[in-house]
Amino acid sequence: MKRMLSLALALAPLTAWATPDPTDWDAVVAQAEGQTVHWHAWGGSTATNDFISWVGTRLAEDYDVTLTHVKLENTADAVTRVLTEKSAGQDTDGAVDLIWINGANFAAMKDADLLFGPYAEALPNWKFADTDGKTLQHDFTVATEGYESPWAMAQVVFMHDTADLPERLGSMPELLDWARAHPGRFTYPQPPDFLGTTFLKQALVDLSTDPKALSQPVSEESYTEVTAPLWEFLEELTPLLWREGRAYPQSGPRQLQLMNDDEIDLAISFSPGEASTAIANFQLPESVRTFVLDKGTIGNASFVAIPYNSGSKAAAMVVANFLMLPEAQLKAQDPAVLGYGTVLDINALSVHDRAAFRTLDLGVATLSPEDLGVVQAEPHPSWMTRIAEDWVARYGVGN
Amino acid sequence: MRLPPALPLLTVLALLGPVAAGLWGTFSAGFGHFPVAGLNGPSLAPFQTLWAWPGLQTSVRLSLATGILATVVSLAITVLLLAGWTGTRPFRALLRMLSPLLSVPHAAAAFGLLFLIQPSGWLVRAVSPWLSGWDRPPDVLLVQDPLGLALMIGLVVKEVPFLLLISLAALGQIDSTGRMQVATALGYGRIRGWILGVFPALYARIRLPVYVVLAYSMSVVDVAVILGPNTPPSLSVQIVRWMAEPDLVQRTTASAAAILQLGLVVLALLLWRGAEQMIAITARRIAYSGARGQREAGLRVIGLSFGTLSVGAVLAGLAGLLVWSFAARWSFPDVLPDGLSLRNWQRNGPAAWQTLGTTFVIALAATLSGLVLTLGCLETEERHHWRLTEKGLWLLYLPLLIPQTAFLPGMQTLLLQIGVDRTLWAVVLAHMVFVLPYLRLSLEGPYKAWDARQGTIAAAMGASANRIFFRLRLPILLAPVLTAFAVGMAVSVGQYLPTLLVGGGRVQTLTTEAVALAAGGDRRAIGVYGLLQTAAALLPFMMAVILPPLVWRNRKGLQHG
Repeated sequence: MKRMLSLALALAPLTAWATPDPTDWDAVVAQAEGQTVHWHAWGGSTATNDFISWVGTRLAEDYDVTLTHVKLENTADAVTRVLTEKSAGQDTDGAVDLIWINGANFAAMKDADLLFGPYAEALPNWKFADTDGKTLQHDFTVATEGYESPWAMAQVVFMHDTADLPERLGSMPELLDWARAHPGRFTYPQPPDFLGTTFLKQALVDLSTDPKALSQPVSEESYTEVTAPLWEFLEELTPLLWREGRAYPQSGPRQLQLMNDDEIDLAISFSPGEASTAIANFQLPESVRTFVLDKGTIGNASFVAIPYNSGSKAAAMVVANFLMLPEAQLKAQDPAVLGYGTVLDINALSVHDRAAFRTLDLGVATLSPEDLGVVQAEPHPSWMTRIAEDWVARYGVGN
Repeated sequence: MRLPPALPLLTVLALLGPVAAGLWGTFSAGFGHFPVAGLNGPSLAPFQTLWAWPGLQTSVRLSLATGILATVVSLAITVLLLAGWTGTRPFRALLRMLSPLLSVPHAAAAFGLLFLIQPSGWLVRAVSPWLSGWDRPPDVLLVQDPLGLALMIGLVVKEVPFLLLISLAALGQIDSTGRMQVATALGYGRIRGWILGVFPALYARIRLPVYVVLAYSMSVVDVAVILGPNTPPSLSVQIVRWMAEPDLVQRTTASAAAILQLGLVVLALLLWRGAEQMIAITARRIAYSGARGQREAGLRVIGLSFGTLSVGAVLAGLAGLLVWSFAARWSFPDVLPDGLSLRNWQRNGPAAWQTLGTTFVIALAATLSGLVLTLGCLETEERHHWRLTEKGLWLLYLPLLIPQTAFLPGMQTLLLQIGVDRTLWAVVLAHMVFVLPYLRLSLEGPYKAWDARQGTIAAAMGASANRIFFRLRLPILLAPVLTAFAVGMAVSVGQYLPTLLVGGGRVQTLTTEAVALAAGGDRRAIGVYGLLQTAAALLPFMMAVILPPLVWRNRKGLQHG
């Protein structure tokens, strides 16, 4: 007995530190018990914060996993943190257990071997994932290879206050025409903010004559030529912006406040349900509706990834799996909660869950899946970085 | 038993250790030595990157202009108020607001101000559309303006109460009443008499706090994030942004910029010092001219108006936060929301409550250990008959004079290397650097003012030095100790940068949460956090007012501190 005990004691630290095997799910759940997950996720939106805290409550009840939401101003902060830890040799029990991530940040972390995996496709709920209809295995053209698991779909929509701008606008040139007639009534978040850069990409994709070039990494030879229509467009648009482009809202939600105060009539959003949610929360006027451009708009998935040095990998996987649970996905899609698009294939779900999704009231300002139209692919992440840098040099230090 | 002189030593270490270590870290990274990122300097590469940044000139200008201007304006308002209105009824009314105003965290005051003065804010709403004709907010750049005027106003409304309070404490030591009687007897007008007769002696005593205001205003981050421009931001905000870049090499750019920021503050202090001497020469000439300055009603009115305005702005701003935190639908140009709702508090309450806990734990730990050190120092100095010299005073003010953005980045990189960053205790240590000077400053006067004869009597009755300290001196000084405690708590609650950089995101206080929420612009959530933040800072002050009369209800002489 005594010998058994000392053996168990000797082994205990080993099991605690052992890297969990995603394919042995029962062992993962067992190991996750009692672990704490520091989920680094952007904290500027009350709706997301509420959703994450609901996830935390459920995980504590069902799995004895403690979820702490580390609210970031900028996802890059979490990437920096892991990178710094790796440089400092802290390879176990790092500060970050889970990151809400996609695009350039994912590409950077995957490149630098900062991620744990592959795990995503071993998650039990992966079987519901709509891998054919949605871009779940490519993130901004970069293959995910199981190093991040999806939890929400996003697509660009434009929110317009029908009291001032009753008709939808079909393209970027139409937007410019409208801005000429109504100066000072449109703005976008200041790049390098994620949503602001998304507006630049959306403009580029819509104006570009050669969309193929955008799926490749930026090449120096073609950069000037490909982006020329974008800069021409911005040269004209900037003086017509809110505050003549001398100040910008610092984030997406800040635009909502501007719209609610009737300072602007048009704003970009990366979440088709955001407007309905905001109306329900008194954050937008009831007259707000959404539209997409004639040629369609950019869409992508939001993922979560686990850093290589997390001390709670098992629990982090439990969180990732929980986020793909039909119940959690339904909750996220509810406009009263988040209004995020689901990553699941509705037809793969049980009859009960399918019915729940079908009968969910998407809200007054949310377009139906059919009306959302064509989802355009994200350009390669290198475009985002390059365009944002150029924008900052041209408009971000102007004065 | 004598108290070991270890306490003063420990205090100096807690006060200056982090600053020195931080500066060392900043300087080595700024000159390209940053092993964590694989850089083994020295090199000038970080400075080259910094010079190449196109926004540099503007952001340097912003730091200098807003910092110096905010200090000049704050000091001018303070002087006009003191000169024109000391001893009057409106002045006493203002005084009652001072301590609470001082404890309102900078970020909360800035949020309140933001809602007040922006084009869709309360002021415009109050006159729209019936007077202004605006049925939508005017498209004018009132906040986050490229000149940084909104930022400057945000600083002034918080610095005026600080300078007033410091001045009032100093006025007691220079017999200002006597000086004014002489000036009045000689026929001088109220303001001129005060400026020529009282101000020179006063300024000699508040010089260091004025320098603190200057250094702080030049390098502030949280207020600048909320009210300052972004195209580009002021230098300190840009430093914090570089610190947050995923590319570690940018930390060296941040460090180079931090060295530049330090240089700018030193430059501004030298300029200020030069201006002091020039003003002294001019003032002497005016004094010798003998002009009495009788017609100064206009100046008096200006002083009181600006004083009232700056107090009123903070109060109205807080009221705005309160209304927003309960607001249902509220659109422009309605002055009040369509309805009130508890939903915002229900949504944000639970998380905010937890953060309030962390905020208090940090503040309590920093303040209580700071109190032990400070009281220990005062008592030790008394027993050894040491006095706080001019040099000692500079030492005390040093952490407040060196811009936070200059040494905190270095402190973070150092803590990271020894692996204790982002722990609660590291944050407490960082907070102590800023809490200690304020504790000492608020206890210095009352501690020295204690009537030593009471100690002599006790000693004659056989009490030991320790017994006198614990049983007599501390209880008698309960009121000032509680006030110092409240000041320390308020200072800690309001800290943004130390918590953000040393806590590395894992340690969240109401202040870091509120500033993070500013990015989202959800006024309802900001209202909840801003109010809780203010309450956390105000609560200890209320305790300091309420407790002593309760504890000493049977000791008449102690009831008023």
